[in-house]
Amino acid sequence: MAEPLLRVEKLVRRFGGIVATDNVSLDVAAGELHAIIGPNGAGKTTLISQLTGHLEPHSGSVSLAGRDITYLPAYRRCALGLARSFQITSLLLDFTAADNVALAAQAHAGTSFRFFADARKERSLRDAAHAALDRVGLAHRADVLVSKLSHGERRQIELAVALASKPKLLLLDEPMAGLGVTESQGMVKLLQELRKEVSIVLVEHDMPAVFALADRISVLVYGRVIASGDPAAIRANEDVKRAYLGDQHVVTHHG
Amino acid sequence: MKALTVSKAVTALMLAGLVLLPLYSQMSGNIFILTLFTRIIILALAAASLNLIMGFGGMMSFGHAAYLGIGGYAVGMLAQEGVGSGFIQFPVALAASALYALVIGALSLRTRGVYFIMITLAFAQMAYYVASGLARYGGDDGLTVYKRSDFSGLIDLSNRTQFYYLCLACLFGVIFLIWRIVNSRFGLVVQGLRSNEQRMQAIGFPAKRYQLVCFVISGTMCGLAGALLANNTDFVSPAVMYWTRSGDLMVMVILGGMGTLFGPIMGAVVFLLLEEFLSQITEYWALIMGPLLLLIVLFGRGGIMGMLGRAGRG
Repeated sequence: MAEPLLRVEKLVRRFGGIVATDNVSLDVAAGELHAIIGPNGAGKTTLISQLTGHLEPHSGSVSLAGRDITYLPAYRRCALGLARSFQITSLLLDFTAADNVALAAQAHAGTSFRFFADARKERSLRDAAHAALDRVGLAHRADVLVSKLSHGERRQIELAVALASKPKLLLLDEPMAGLGVTESQGMVKLLQELRKEVSIVLVEHDMPAVFALADRISVLVYGRVIASGDPAAIRANEDVKRAYLGDQHVVTHHG
Repeated sequence: MKALTVSKAVTALMLAGLVLLPLYSQMSGNIFILTLFTRIIILALAAASLNLIMGFGGMMSFGHAAYLGIGGYAVGMLAQEGVGSGFIQFPVALAASALYALVIGALSLRTRGVYFIMITLAFAQMAYYVASGLARYGGDDGLTVYKRSDFSGLIDLSNRTQFYYLCLACLFGVIFLIWRIVNSRFGLVVQGLRSNEQRMQAIGFPAKRYQLVCFVISGTMCGLAGALLANNTDFVSPAVMYWTRSGDLMVMVILGGMGTLFGPIMGAVVFLLLEEFLSQITEYWALIMGPLLLLIVLFGRGGIMGMLGRAGRG
């Protein structure tokens, strides 16, 4: 088998006495949509942060297309083709939607140490921004300040920003968070389209969405991967039922 | 649209006033106003340079007056050592300011928020004490510049009107540069970093590099103001670097409107005119000035430029 696009090996991260990431290993093949699920506090965001470079692991390694990126800063990983969306929307609020996306394109289009020419008049950057906005269905909102956009629209901009950097691997941290039913459905549809073009690691709470989208699912509980496999296998897995889906089941019945 | 026109009209009036001022001064024989406004323009230049990092870049430097001193001492010390040519003095002033900004910026930009404010302040105070210790160059008492920078007949800095226009040209030049920078690729990155540093890192921009370059550009511009200021007062002393002067520059920027192109000029004009006239009325002028500024900052969000914008809208 070819080298996986993303390989995580024996990753460990502690916070004081708590092991938030406990010997996590997983592979993401090129073209795959790999979902990571787990109950609250399972260490999903901690894991993602180590993949994006916002947090350093205590041991273990992360490699992208065969290259060790364990200790590379976030901006270098991005240059290698790793893009992310944030769980809590993180955009430039006082910039327009188009500016937000164009900046992501600019980061991958030569040097930004250009001091004189008007960057908003660079055709290639504007075109790339509009293409990415169009991709998420927000082309008509290009010139609106992000602070004036709805939460759902901001989630879509997050995605457009990630796309504009033409990534090899997209890390999506709960793209459905806070979306209404219709908006969620739209997002699932969009991800279904995107997965044809780019490999995706998806962290998500919305179970129907995860099972509809994922090629493979890894289940994280107390920082540990307790199961990894295709949706059918995960659904049938007894450990997973007990540790995660079952818990929810119990909770819904008693609550 | 109307909001734009009100602030634009006031800005245009102010700029026209600055350009025509020497004419008025000549016709009315009022030399004092020309001297006053030369000083205002130089400090507006310093405020504009501070606005580049503070307003557009979100870097609250509380030590910007240091560059006034560095630019000024470059001129004064060279003059004292017998190098009177402006063609040497000014480039040295700019280079020294750039170098200082590079070192201070590289160290200060490791910190954020209040720590950044405090560390830039601390470095400026250090520069102040170093200058106070320069016994050969007047120490505490400062250094008299006996001869203004010599530009070999190209322009005569001792001629009030010529010097005024030189300062005004420098101010307009710097504003033009800032306008280009702010809309360039580099400028968008710096403003993006002000808005959301985490996001900018995530899309692939190393924050510190861009902020440091911006810091150096700003410091170099302010060094130019320092070199002009020393020529204007024929004197340079550690006092130009004192922290209260840095505070004055910050107030000018905030008063005029942070992150606007012409706000700092507006702020400098209003601040220094107020100071001038209030101090003629009473020696307790600071008692009026303080609350007045406080009110504008508290209730006039966006400074004078912001208020003009709202006046046009409402």
